[in-house]
Amino acid sequence: MADAPLRVLIVDDEAPARRRLRDLLADCVAALPIACVGEAANGREALELLHAVSADLVLTDIEMPEMGGLEFARHVLKLPQPPVVIFTTAHDRHAVQAFEVNAVDFLLKPIRVQRLLAALEKVPRLKPVSTARLDALAPTARRFLSVTERSRVVLVPLEEIIYLKAELKYITIRTADREFLLEESLTKLEEEFGHRLVRVHRNCLVARDAIRGFERRVGDEGDAHWEVLLKGIAETLPVSRRQQSIVREIGRENQRGAEASR
Amino acid sequence: MQPIIRQHPIRLELPDFRNLGTILRVVLAVNAMTAVAALVKEPQAELWTTQWIDMTAIVEPYLILELAILYTFAPWLFRQTASLGAFVIAAVTVAVGLGLHVLIGRPYSDAPFALVRHLLLALSAYAILLVYFNLRAKALSPAIAESRLQALQARIRPHFLFNSINAVLSLVRSDPKRAETALLDMADLFRVLMRDNRDLVPIADEVELCRQYLELEKLRLTDRLQVEWHLNNMPENALVPPLLLQPLLENAVYHGIEPLATPGVVSINIFSKGGDVHAILRNPYRSDGGSHHAGNKMALGNIRERLKLHFDAEGSLESRVRDTMYEVHIRMPYRTAATSASTVEPASGVGKPAARRDESGPALRDARTGALRG
Repeated sequence: MADAPLRVLIVDDEAPARRRLRDLLADCVAALPIACVGEAANGREALELLHAVSADLVLTDIEMPEMGGLEFARHVLKLPQPPVVIFTTAHDRHAVQAFEVNAVDFLLKPIRVQRLLAALEKVPRLKPVSTARLDALAPTARRFLSVTERSRVVLVPLEEIIYLKAELKYITIRTADREFLLEESLTKLEEEFGHRLVRVHRNCLVARDAIRGFERRVGDEGDAHWEVLLKGIAETLPVSRRQQSIVREIGRENQRGAEASR
Repeated sequence: MQPIIRQHPIRLELPDFRNLGTILRVVLAVNAMTAVAALVKEPQAELWTTQWIDMTAIVEPYLILELAILYTFAPWLFRQTASLGAFVIAAVTVAVGLGLHVLIGRPYSDAPFALVRHLLLALSAYAILLVYFNLRAKALSPAIAESRLQALQARIRPHFLFNSINAVLSLVRSDPKRAETALLDMADLFRVLMRDNRDLVPIADEVELCRQYLELEKLRLTDRLQVEWHLNNMPENALVPPLLLQPLLENAVYHGIEPLATPGVVSINIFSKGGDVHAILRNPYRSDGGSHHAGNKMALGNIRERLKLHFDAEGSLESRVRDTMYEVHIRMPYRTAATSASTVEPASGVGKPAARRDESGPALRDARTGALRG
């Protein structure tokens, strides 16, 4: 085991920064067996790459287009054997403070070779950072939800989500094409994506953008309630009595939107 | 030994008499003073407006003639020391009063005291305006000191500094020549950022600074950053406040290019039209990148204030979102060293922004440097 090289993946949106890390890793080879298994320009690419190659360590930048480092670290945990993630950052005093508080490993750019070597030597003893600690680090909402399917991490872009529905142990994610099963808490999801998703029922969050309208339905016993009509799918969702106020609220918003676009 | 904190002694400054804002302020202020005088003189409500109109019949020709003379001799006035200038204006005020009295003044009033009274009132109005313009300049000038501070603390974000150093480090082994150029560009950029940025500089210097800055950004963003320059109609000698465009470009890169995975274009269009100089900057815009807008607003606010200080009502900055583009439009009067208050000395470095010693404002010039030059 000691002879197997440490497999490292580099993730940074700036090509020179990736080259610099590669140079530094090459400098460390004399002291420690290392193999650079690949490079990616953002978190999404890196996840894709990790389906093809496995890595023990990912060195990732934080601010990147498409998917930043903090979100990447959360999705990566869903891999069967998640690599250790160490963040590299050049700035943001607040992020650095958060790392220190939460004891998350990071390297300050420009990186010194001694620092890098010390971090690399520590890797076999490190465990992946927990979701809870990453939550504390990343105050901004994710751009994707992720589910594990046949040992792959599948990303569901937030814009594609029509609704989230809690059923027994899981949450069903509904997109126009299909459904995914997610293991998270609906309340936490509502907190994170409250700007995008609205609660229509105790067990259901609907994307505001996916709401086509509302329809009044009368049941067999004469009790009336509202149903949400959705864009892209024929299915409808019941609005609970407690959430009825959103019917008027969103109806008004849609009307305003229609007037604005006219 | 150089004092660490520079003291700015109380000094006299003259407004720019060719500035629309100055002229407007003078006209409004004098008319307001006339209205107050009418109020003092006429106790009866219905007769007050008549009184005011009677007075403006005397005040208005006086005012317009005086402003016309000051407009004509504004460039000459600027070359004098501020105290001499102030004295000359007082003399002009007296001369215009005498002239009008001789030409058309007599029919209005036979009282021998009338002339003296008119002259004293005109001189008081002049004194009040002089104090007003000096107070206004003082109120606006913190924007300059602030711009320097902001540039160091916020604008040249640690983000930019450390990422650039990192990019240069990545070049040191493979391309030492390029690393060398990059470090020199960085040195130039920081030299400009750290100096006292009170004087107007030729727009060509600011453009050069922007080029150096964008070169540094290109180093780390490579082909993700595309720059389009449209400078065919740029008046190279037009004077602008230093660090007018660079902070805006930094915002454009930070908000417009860095969040994009695909290459994006920053375009800079500078041209002159109808006696004004326009600068239009565009960058891609993403509506969901909400977190950095405070920094952007701060930079825009500072530049707006400096435009106001230097050009009064003739300078403006507007920003707007057009579909997927963010656009900043700056308009300012076409000033050159020949027409403006402070003459621009030749640049001290070859092709580099002029490093200037004196601290005189452009539209507002101070007596100290004037005296040094005179």
